[in-house]
Amino acid sequence: MSTRTMAWWLGSFARRPVAIFGLAVILAVIVAAILAPLLAPFDPSAIDPINRLSPPDAAHWFGTDQFGRDSLSRAIYATRMALFIGVGVVAFALVTGVPVGVFSALFPRLGHVMMRAVDVLMAFPSLLLALGLIVILGPSPVNSVIALGAGFLTTTTRIVYGLTLRLRTETYVEAARSMGSRTGWLVLKHILPNLISPLLVQASFVFAFAQLGAASLDFLGLGAPPEIPSWGNMLAESRTFVTRAPWLLFFPGMMIVLTAFALNVVGDSLRDRLDPRLREMLGSER
Amino acid sequence: MWSYALKRAGATGLTLIAASIIIFAFIHLIPGDPIYVLLGDMATPDQVDVLRHRLGLDQPILFQYLRWAGAALTGDFGRSIFFQAPVLSIIADGAETSTLLASITMVWVLLIGIPIGMLAAMRHGSWLDQGLSGLAMLMASVPTFWVGLYMILIFAAWLGWMPSSGYPSIFEEGGLGNLRYLVLPSLTLAAPNAALILRLTRASMLDVSREDYVRTARAKGIRPWRVVTRHIFRNALLAVVSAFGFTFAALLSEAVVTETVFALPGIGRLVVQSILRRDYPVIQGVILIIVVLYMLINLLVDLSYRLLDPRVELQ
Repeated sequence: MSTRTMAWWLGSFARRPVAIFGLAVILAVIVAAILAPLLAPFDPSAIDPINRLSPPDAAHWFGTDQFGRDSLSRAIYATRMALFIGVGVVAFALVTGVPVGVFSALFPRLGHVMMRAVDVLMAFPSLLLALGLIVILGPSPVNSVIALGAGFLTTTTRIVYGLTLRLRTETYVEAARSMGSRTGWLVLKHILPNLISPLLVQASFVFAFAQLGAASLDFLGLGAPPEIPSWGNMLAESRTFVTRAPWLLFFPGMMIVLTAFALNVVGDSLRDRLDPRLREMLGSER
Repeated sequence: MWSYALKRAGATGLTLIAASIIIFAFIHLIPGDPIYVLLGDMATPDQVDVLRHRLGLDQPILFQYLRWAGAALTGDFGRSIFFQAPVLSIIADGAETSTLLASITMVWVLLIGIPIGMLAAMRHGSWLDQGLSGLAMLMASVPTFWVGLYMILIFAAWLGWMPSSGYPSIFEEGGLGNLRYLVLPSLTLAAPNAALILRLTRASMLDVSREDYVRTARAKGIRPWRVVTRHIFRNALLAVVSAFGFTFAALLSEAVVTETVFALPGIGRLVVQSILRRDYPVIQGVILIIVVLYMLINLLVDLSYRLLDPRVELQ
């Protein structure tokens, strides 16, 4: 990242307390994922049948679940799954969306056909598409990434396509082209660098919605296997005990809300700093 | 207008054909012999032979597709493995719940989203605007099933104001009173979508209020409230109309989770149960119907948008 992009990035947060809060939450999630074994007071899968469904106290801050496992420790370890899903889905969307979008915009003849194919994929509501893919691939964390990523492939491709079409007509791109620049050089030097900022905005929203999507898949029993700690899995398991142990639902749910909210706020702040002409392309929602 | 409508309908038709090929391929993409995918593992050799012949699975794949698509056009979506009944009749059983849930949710979404979005825009930059926008962002970040579970806990288990789950048809005993079963689910489903419409209404109102004709109207001395209602709001609503298709898709997707939480006998819960039961023909049928509905609604939205704003050009 160039120093200019860095300055732009940091400037987005300078005058927004909410955005700084969002950034802090995201950093906390990353730290928790890396240091989980040090931070978690208990083994996340250690069973303690005598202390099952106990309310929050000094030893178990978030209480214990139906097997007596420490809810706080599970919630801390679950940050790993949250990061895996978020990073995975964003990477999937970018790796597929950027090449297809740029290529389609630069080579309109084939590009037109490819964009129609993207339109066809958009005819499937995203969670339905994810469910269909899970049926074919089978439930697993990696397949959750693919299934959710497919839904964001379309939006990312459309955004990249629109941005590239616009960039292509900029004077400096036309100048470079008329001076005989090769297409590859043009993409590397003029198109991709200008895509970074808007894609950063898009990535934070995709990251946020991936959290909600993965939680839904886990909750339906079609995501990560139940022994893997994830916030969605914790909610799915404690659902049966909602009247007896309502606190079991509270903490994992709050973790999802905090993470998704933080990412949305960060994305929103970044978007406000964006060049207004590019902002239009991102649309005002999702 | 007519040439626009025709072009737009043609594009929808082509997309639908392409989408139907993907949905047809679905059964073939599931690991295993499609015959056993369709009949389940308990199928007898006789059943296998009959179905293989009926579906023409020994024929070229293009022929199989045409046969399947032709049957689907006449309402024959195959048979459910689990229920041993036509897929269409099983989907029809869930249609009442899902349609009512979606309609009531849409009413909440519009009742909450549009007025609050207007309010935020009219007080642009104030603490009220920032608070409401922040609240909308928070609502969009909350998992629907989590809200649903707490709704059940608070309003059904603790306060006892509303039933916690299930939904008896309004045509059965209880009549329209049975709609109270849908109050909590529809509010749950409405929350994130109302947040979306709120933000959209606000953004669109702000965009329109920067237009020249709004400045002219104000300069002419038209009362501020009239400028807002007649000049800004009417034009801002266009963006809300165009979000209808998108909201509908979000609603259908999230209904899968909401119907599961509230144990509603709708199409969304049917999908989840069919996945767990490996009842693939039902999954295929539901996906097909939802995609067709979604495309048709988008077509209608686009056409009405064009009627409301003739400046729109076909891309």
